[in-house]
Amino acid sequence: MRWIADTLIAFTLLIVGVAACDSDPEPLPVLNKRVEVEGQMQPQRIPEFTFINQDSQLVTRETFAGKAYVADFFFTSCPTICPIMTRNMLKIYRQFEEEERLLLLSHTIDPGRDSVGQLHRYAENIGVSSGKWHFVTGQKDSLYAIADDYFNVVVEDPTLPGGYDHSGRLVLIDTAGHIRAYCNGTNDEEVQQFIKDIQRLLHEMENSEPAGS
Amino acid sequence: MKWKIPSLLAASVLFALLFSDCQDNPYKQGEILYTNYCASCHMDDGTGLQGNIPPLANADYLKTDQDKLACITRYGMVGEVMVNGETYNNVMPGVPELSAFEITNVINYINHAWGNDYGLAKYDEVKAALEQCDAPVGSAQ
Repeated sequence: MRWIADTLIAFTLLIVGVAACDSDPEPLPVLNKRVEVEGQMQPQRIPEFTFINQDSQLVTRETFAGKAYVADFFFTSCPTICPIMTRNMLKIYRQFEEEERLLLLSHTIDPGRDSVGQLHRYAENIGVSSGKWHFVTGQKDSLYAIADDYFNVVVEDPTLPGGYDHSGRLVLIDTAGHIRAYCNGTNDEEVQQFIKDIQRLLHEMENSEPAGS
Repeated sequence: MKWKIPSLLAASVLFALLFSDCQDNPYKQGEILYTNYCASCHMDDGTGLQGNIPPLANADYLKTDQDKLACITRYGMVGEVMVNGETYNNVMPGVPELSAFEITNVINYINHAWGNDYGLAKYDEVKAALEQCDAPVGSAQ
């Protein structure tokens, strides 16, 4: 009779296993501060923006309509944290190269030196497609202001190597313009977790309407 | 006399540990300086950033241009440089605060890290090389 018990146990394990695979992971939280809009408390969205990318194309919120994207702040001559952030962005780019619902957006915080031409050269050197990964420049004030909306701090400080102090966060934005995850772009372990968060968001986009919309 | 053998043992174990630690990493100061001054661009594993920052790991440039490394480390580099068949053209900032002794240690760390085997730089040579330069390598002097 032993085999009956064994079969039962194996069967139960199978059921539990299948159920675990089936159940959706917990959706990522919306991390934005809630503000009052038309009498209702709602999470803040990334505001409208107009920047210009490495191919001289306008990049606005419309560019990301129906897509999730990863945003960061850097500058091409940055001797401190940017190269490793860019390397981790490149890792994300490669991992989701065929995934049409995910784009990447890198803002320069040094529009004086990072002209469209310089951004073009930088992107071309890395060997990435401009339809997938936008390197943008624009009005300095707009770039610095929107950094704040993406949970990044950008400050000019001539005493530092490169001349800027900025946080190296990679931020994940959903189709509704809400921040759903972020990580320290210089920390490999956090980036690994962040990649899992991206997968969770893409999974959520497959199965439901975007949260908060 | 009871304690004599154990303490001898302990002493020899300690000695062995210290000795093996030094054997494991003869380029400790160079490694620390590399981590602090170089790794953010050239990366911990010496692979650089594709297309923009040249690698140091298994880089042919290190083999062919050992005599330039001291000046590059102190004053940086401008203009095109070809490494492993790929052309790079970005400004590298130098690290002027490092002494000739520290630069020797950084070069020797780089020369032996990540499977590199580009020989030992000598302090006297590094010091002499540094006396011959005062601007980024690659700039019109």
